Amino acid sequence: MTLDSKIPEGPVKDKWTNYKFSMKLVNPANKRKFSVIVVGTGLAGASAAATMAELGYNVKSFCFQDSPRRAHSIAAQGGVNAAKNYPNDGDSVHRLFYDTVKGGDFRAREANVHRLAEISANIIDQCVAQGVPFARDYGGLLDNRSFGGAQVSRTFYARGQTGQQLLLGAYSALMKEVGKGGVTLYTRREMLEVVIIDGKARGIIVRNLITGEIERHEADAVCLATGGYGNAFYLSTNAMGSNVSATWRAHKKGAYFGNPCYTQIHPTCIPVHGDYQSKLTLMSESLRNDGRVWVPKTKGDTRHPNEIPEAERDYYLERKYPSFGNLVPRDLASRNAKQQTDEGKGVGSTGLAVYLDFAESIKRLGEDVVRARYGNLFDMYERISGTNPYKEPMAIYPAVHYTMGGLWVDYNLMSTINGLFVLGEANFSDHGANRLGASALMQGLADGYFVAPATIGNYLAETTLEKLDTSHKEFEKSENEVQARIDKLLSIRGEKTVDEFHRELGQIMWDNCGMARNEKGLKEALVKIPALRDEFWRNVNVLGSGDSLNQSLEKAGRVADFLEFAELMVQDALHRKESCGGHFREESQTDEGEALRDDENFAYVAAWEYNGVGVEPTLHKEKLEYEHVKLAQRSYK
Amino acid sequence: MAGKTLNLTLKVWRQKDANDTGRFEIYRANDIDVNASFLEMIDVVNDQMVKEGKEPIAFDHDCREGVCGMCGAVVNGQPHGIQEETTLCQLHMRKFSTGDTIVVEPFRARAMPVMRDLIVDRSAFDRVIQAGGFVSVRTGGTPDANAIPIPKIDADKAFDAAACIGCAACVAACPNASAMLFVAAKVTQFALLPQGQPERQERVLKMVSQMDTEGFGNCSNEYQCEAACPKGISVANIAVMNRDFLKASLKKG
Repeated sequence: MTLDSKIPEGPVKDKWTNYKFSMKLVNPANKRKFSVIVVGTGLAGASAAATMAELGYNVKSFCFQDSPRRAHSIAAQGGVNAAKNYPNDGDSVHRLFYDTVKGGDFRAREANVHRLAEISANIIDQCVAQGVPFARDYGGLLDNRSFGGAQVSRTFYARGQTGQQLLLGAYSALMKEVGKGGVTLYTRREMLEVVIIDGKARGIIVRNLITGEIERHEADAVCLATGGYGNAFYLSTNAMGSNVSATWRAHKKGAYFGNPCYTQIHPTCIPVHGDYQSKLTLMSESLRNDGRVWVPKTKGDTRHPNEIPEAERDYYLERKYPSFGNLVPRDLASRNAKQQTDEGKGVGSTGLAVYLDFAESIKRLGEDVVRARYGNLFDMYERISGTNPYKEPMAIYPAVHYTMGGLWVDYNLMSTINGLFVLGEANFSDHGANRLGASALMQGLADGYFVAPATIGNYLAETTLEKLDTSHKEFEKSENEVQARIDKLLSIRGEKTVDEFHRELGQIMWDNCGMARNEKGLKEALVKIPALRDEFWRNVNVLGSGDSLNQSLEKAGRVADFLEFAELMVQDALHRKESCGGHFREESQTDEGEALRDDENFAYVAAWEYNGVGVEPTLHKEKLEYEHVKLAQRSYK
Repeated sequence: MAGKTLNLTLKVWRQKDANDTGRFEIYRANDIDVNASFLEMIDVVNDQMVKEGKEPIAFDHDCREGVCGMCGAVVNGQPHGIQEETTLCQLHMRKFSTGDTIVVEPFRARAMPVMRDLIVDRSAFDRVIQAGGFVSVRTGGTPDANAIPIPKIDADKAFDAAACIGCAACVAACPNASAMLFVAAKVTQFALLPQGQPERQERVLKMVSQMDTEGFGNCSNEYQCEAACPKGISVANIAVMNRDFLKASLKKG
């Protein structure tokens, strides 16, 4: 199968407008005859489900949590980008487009990114109309700030809880449609299979997490908005339940996986402090607007940070990148922190941390201003670490945060399975090899409110869909597969807990496929992961039964999928011999230690086709063409 | 970093499903790092229990950053435990001392039945929002975001109300199992914003009506909800809601 990205013809700035006009429409009276399943209720899923119901489709919305409002988009702190140019500082659709392509280290599709930049402004209008309480200035207009790696102020925010407010906006739209009957809501359901009939996605199999019942649901199209796979690393800033299962099951049924090795390690998180630790907590990178990153100039300096004089501190980001300073993109900030700790200059009891210091800002702006900007983040830091960041610098370290890779999709956001659409973080599309701050919320909502409802309509209008119900043999087959897996997991009764396996997998991934990667380490991981997977299926201990609420069983299913997926991630990282964005191959760096791309050989999307567990997957390449943004080495000096 | 450790006794509510009567069971939690969160402490206990062939304690949790609203239990009689404005996932073990006995039980209310151990059914909250906790705008066709200026003070107050995470600690804390703080926070958010005005009266009537239907109790000014709220939502919101409710009811006649 050849990959067809279906990018419309014409100049990049007209593609989306012209394409919308060329799409087939479903007659308003006929829309209610179509049904669409949306899995996931984060920004992308909730907005897509609500919008499609508003258009008249019958929507079924699924989430594994007890309420759609829990989806992990809720935890996004910093903000959402939009090319509104309200501050009159030179922003435009073209600049947002340009920054995003460049920030993604030239590994995203120009056409998709341009569409994203065009739609960005509508998102803000939509959210304000829903009653999202964005930050405002004293004149009553919306306030903007500059955010990770941007030289214009285009980020809209709601204190440090932008994700929460945007998600509650999308959730309220979803609830409105549930109340009207356009959306049927299925909470505490975990998707365990996609059902494909005659080459088209026609339904899903889910487990009811309360009763344990396996349910069949059919539809005319299926949308996955199930988030990223950062928890392959065990410790990440993702929620505990975030998982790869939905996308991985779709991959096993024929959806290609795009660029799985592109993972974002966020530079400002609270450092790891013990084995029992279950997750890492992000401190919004908006903190880098007023915080200065430093380490002691001398290795092994164990003095209290407040006792280290100015002259003995190395503000390494300001020194190395004078024009961007502390605001360099995430991948650079993370890698530089690792370099410092590798050189033995790390701080704190583990030596795996650097300082983020607000002393100068507090002096310049006053504690009140700093509190108004970051109060909730400072409180959170104090609750977790037990130290007061108004009095001494924060200790921070990079942590896995976001995954740019995901299921490969064409311009319509449709995967290589007809009728299977993939939205938000779950797809691979708009961020290339590195996502800029405040772009995830923008992409999730662009996909959900504006792109998918249009392209799915086009699919439904131009596709012949047989009437069918869940008694079809493919549903039965998929259900049997799901049941067999559950029975197997419950029958092993080995010696190790699910978490022990997950922790071991995470360590392998962090050591060998983390912030810096090399051939030797990746090859080692390709030996260790299958061995761990074999042990899992022989020696995991999942207690209880399948016919009741069983959280160990839920976790076991997710970890089983991570154990398969992780291998693909490493294979992708091994094959991509260049460094780009969040993927840093030690073999490919400049003399100054910066990431060195190889555009001649790697300016493509790697889309992997599944061939079986432990079997070498097939690589398909989608060549990336750059007409508007000139390929260049990124420089933030 | 291995911090100081604690040895604790846990009295935990165990209940197989909604039909089971449930009971407290006693567990030891030994060598718990003071830097662990409360939920990480339960993780450690659970891992140990699985090793001993006992089914682990079921509890809801997800983001573990204090914002998703999924976690929560009554710890030593207080929803989310002793620390003010802190969810259970953000409560850290340094707040306890070695030798402590900690009682852990689910949020209890007739409208939120226990499903298993510490997990309760909070779907009533979703239904209250479905009744009117939104602005009826469709996607697309909305005016420019800066078309309607909103005084900063109103936007900030609306944010304070909108910060509710829907965890239901307010219900668990209330002697009447009232959900008024939750409902009032949503009502107030929209009452403060121009976008919320067209449906202001209808919204409050519908949401209050659904709240009653779900079986939540009424407010008798105990202020326990505010004390338990991990996001510091003020009871002043309830006053706003009561005033709006009265106005809307009179107008409706």
